[in-house]
Amino acid sequence: MADEYTTKLATYLDGELSADEMKAVDAHVRSCSSCAADVLSQVQMKRAVQSAGRRYRPDPEFRARMQRQISAQPRAAVWRVWLTASSVLALLFLAFVAATYLGRQRLEREQAFGEIADLHVANLASANPVDVISTDRHTVKPWFQGKLPFTFNLPELQGSEFTLVGGRVTYLGQAPGAHLIFQVRKHQVSAFIFQDRDIKGFSDSDLGARKRRSFEVESWSQDGLRYFVIGDASAEDIKNLAGRLKSAQSS
Amino acid sequence: MEVSKGRTATFEELAMPLFDQLFNFAQWLTQNRSEAEDLVQETYVKALKGFSSFQADTNFRAWIYRILRNTFLTSRTGLKATSTVPLDEEGALEIPASAGTPESIFIEHSQQQLLQGAMEELPLHFREILLLCEVEEMSYQEISEALSIPIGTVMSRLSRARKALRDVLKQKID
Repeated sequence: MADEYTTKLATYLDGELSADEMKAVDAHVRSCSSCAADVLSQVQMKRAVQSAGRRYRPDPEFRARMQRQISAQPRAAVWRVWLTASSVLALLFLAFVAATYLGRQRLEREQAFGEIADLHVANLASANPVDVISTDRHTVKPWFQGKLPFTFNLPELQGSEFTLVGGRVTYLGQAPGAHLIFQVRKHQVSAFIFQDRDIKGFSDSDLGARKRRSFEVESWSQDGLRYFVIGDASAEDIKNLAGRLKSAQSS
Repeated sequence: MEVSKGRTATFEELAMPLFDQLFNFAQWLTQNRSEAEDLVQETYVKALKGFSSFQADTNFRAWIYRILRNTFLTSRTGLKATSTVPLDEEGALEIPASAGTPESIFIEHSQQQLLQGAMEELPLHFREILLLCEVEEMSYQEISEALSIPIGTVMSRLSRARKALRDVLKQKID
């Protein structure tokens, strides 16, 4: 009998037995000194592991930074909705009209801009924002060779207000691209480069400047590559950096 | 059209209260503070991006722990840490804890550092399930969702993890 209950003690202490089984084990433990001792030592071990396991705490600065990032996002709410059968059909019809009206390309473009903003934000908070650290374009550009299925040029920034910080390989959806980080005054600006064919929702035309959440964004297509420059620097600085990148590809 | 709204919850309301626990779990996995910060950061970004597809009547905590764990497993550190795959036997008999040497000695000595060192030495799959059960106090169902394993495997793996911890402790004490 003791063996039958012994195998259940851990599950009993985890609170995972059915109500009837809990009662049965409970009654047995009260009358069996061996199982009672077993329970006591297992409880003490569980408490010790719990105490020992609560070992690491985040830096308050890190928590505050994450809180700011999350709070800055558009509120994503979870809605619980109950629908009647007729309203399901009405919703489907409205969804069809909306998709036709808005245009699939526009939705895909908005999604891409959203993901670009997410990549930029994630990099701002990262403790390891770059995989290649260098202000020298002659170091950063060759680092990408073999890691990406395309090449690009970096502008000469000496004497300008911009500094190249470094770069890393990034992904938009499944597509690999380059993520370059620049500094201008006290702002960090990201430049993303992907192959045109991998990015949905864009035509070959320049899209110029736009505001995305609190960031300025410039995007254009050039020689089969799609470029995004994004940051909270001024619109003029974003446009300036974009212009330098465009010129570098032509040289 | 008849539409009524139920309770709403923002991502921030659901995710931020779990921040400290997620960080603790992340550092136990990575064993490195800087990597733990990156892991938590990446987890929150991914969770926020995927939040629109999260179903309101499912377990948010298990969902975000699963994201964190999967993100870790595909990282460089995670790939190294999981080089061996455990053979879980569903329905295997639980190995009972004996009221005996490791626990009673530990209780007498009460050395938290000793226990933390023993937990660090455990293989990843034992360490993480002990943390989810004992520290996060997740139910077997939640652990099953967080680790994407059947409940039977949760039970057998927990049993073997507890035994492994006792064995490591015994080696350290002897």
